[in-house]
Amino acid sequence: MAEPVLKLEGVTRRFGAVTAAADVNLTLFPGEIHALIGPNGAGKTTLMALIAGKLAPDAGRITFRGRDVTALSVAARARLGLGRSFQVSSLIPEYSARRNVMLALQARAGHPYRFLFPVIRDRRLTEPARQILARVGLAGRASVPSAELSHGERRLLEIAVALALQPAAFLLDEPMAGMGLEGTRTLTAFLDRLRREAPILLVEHDMDAVFALADRVSVLAGGRIIASGSVAEIRADPEVRRAYLGEAAA
Amino acid sequence: MDSSAREWVVNAVLLAALFAVPLWALLADEPFYITLASRVAILALAAVGLNIALGLGGMVSFGHAAYFGLGGYVAGVLAFHAFHGYPLAIGLPGTTSMPVIWAAAAGLSGLLALAIGTLSLRTSGIFFIMITLAFAQMLFYFALSWPSYGGEDGLPILIRNRFPGINTMRPWEFFLLAYAVLLLALGFFAMLRASRFGAALMAIRQNPDRVAALGISPFGVRLVAFAISGALTGLAGAMMADLTRFVSPAMMAWTMSGELIVIVILGGVGRLFGPVAGAAILVAFEVLFGGLTEHWQFWLGLVLLGVVLFARGGLIGLLAGRARHG
Repeated sequence: MAEPVLKLEGVTRRFGAVTAAADVNLTLFPGEIHALIGPNGAGKTTLMALIAGKLAPDAGRITFRGRDVTALSVAARARLGLGRSFQVSSLIPEYSARRNVMLALQARAGHPYRFLFPVIRDRRLTEPARQILARVGLAGRASVPSAELSHGERRLLEIAVALALQPAAFLLDEPMAGMGLEGTRTLTAFLDRLRREAPILLVEHDMDAVFALADRVSVLAGGRIIASGSVAEIRADPEVRRAYLGEAAA
Repeated sequence: MDSSAREWVVNAVLLAALFAVPLWALLADEPFYITLASRVAILALAAVGLNIALGLGGMVSFGHAAYFGLGGYVAGVLAFHAFHGYPLAIGLPGTTSMPVIWAAAAGLSGLLALAIGTLSLRTSGIFFIMITLAFAQMLFYFALSWPSYGGEDGLPILIRNRFPGINTMRPWEFFLLAYAVLLLALGFFAMLRASRFGAALMAIRQNPDRVAALGISPFGVRLVAFAISGALTGLAGAMMADLTRFVSPAMMAWTMSGELIVIVILGGVGRLFGPVAGAAILVAFEVLFGGLTEHWQFWLGLVLLGVVLFARGGLIGLLAGRARHG
């Protein structure tokens, strides 16, 4: 198999007596969707923060595109190509959908220290922003401030912003949250195609979506990865059933 | 009329009024009102500077008097040495040339803001407010206790500094100069706000985590904006020194920092012409009610309370509606 795009080795993080991430080993290979599931409080949010660079690990190493990024900041990891979407939609509230995407495009294009040219007349930003919004189905809502978009539309805009970064890997934190049945179905089909652009590390509660999409599933419980394998293996794993699926299916 | 067209009308009326009042005063031979208009223009300029940090960047600096006062002292000290004909302690000669003084005032204030920003921008919220205040107070007490330049008595500027082609002693010509600099600063603010830098800065005010996750370091952008902000306010300080022909530690007092914040809030935080509207309101209150009662600031406080509670967009927001970003 090819080299992993993202690799966690022995990543550990404690908060006082609580170990939120315990010796986590995880890989993300090109072309795959690797789903990360686990009950509430399992440490998924902590792990995402560790990967994104919001938290520093107490021990362990994170490698991204062959580089040790353990000591890099959030912004530096993003510049290397780590495209993150947030669990609770995290957009620029006063900016329109278009300007949210334009900001991501601008960030990808390089440093922000350009003082002269007005962005709204910059076709290198407006044109790709239009295309990306059309791609996620938000073309008609381009000039609406993101604070005034519906919940589902904000979730789609999160995806659009991640797309605009053209990342080397997507880090998607519960993209389906609160999407409703129809929205979840559309987004599932969308992510299915997206993995061809860049691999996806997907944290998701919606088990139907996870089982439909994931090439591999890792199960997190108590900060520890208790199982990792194909969808079929995870479904059959007795420990997983006890820790997580049993409770979710009940 | 949509809100952005309405804002342009409001802006144009403000600009015209700021020009018309001293013009009337010139024709009616009332130089006091010309000087008043110059004061509005210069305070507005200082507040345009603060508006970059506070309005665009959301950095509530309670220490912008430090830059305002430093600019003032640069003007005062250079003029002092030019008048008395001996060089500064570092060997440089004094000067009465405004362009040179302005460059020095803006440059030094910008550097000071860079240094203070580097230390303060690690914090946010109330801590940022307090640490910027603390730095400004340090400078205030330094100026107060430095006898070479007047200490607490302040430093008079005996001859108004010169600008090529203009008789700066004439109130009208000095006003035109201040008005022109204000226009340039407003143009600069508009350019900054519309640029990629401005887009990043305003986004960081709203959601720094999101911007970091896009790959833009919030600290760097904020710091550069803070330095630009301090430089502009320092330039205004130098011009204020020339207007009043006097600098004193009062220019660096925390009340001055507060006054600049009040101007920005009254006019409309982050709005292009907010500082102009705010400075006009402040000076109008000072003149209209300052003569009637020594408690005019009480009434200004009431207005400020009203703005904060009921008109968050300040005067510009009240007249032109909410700001929108296409």
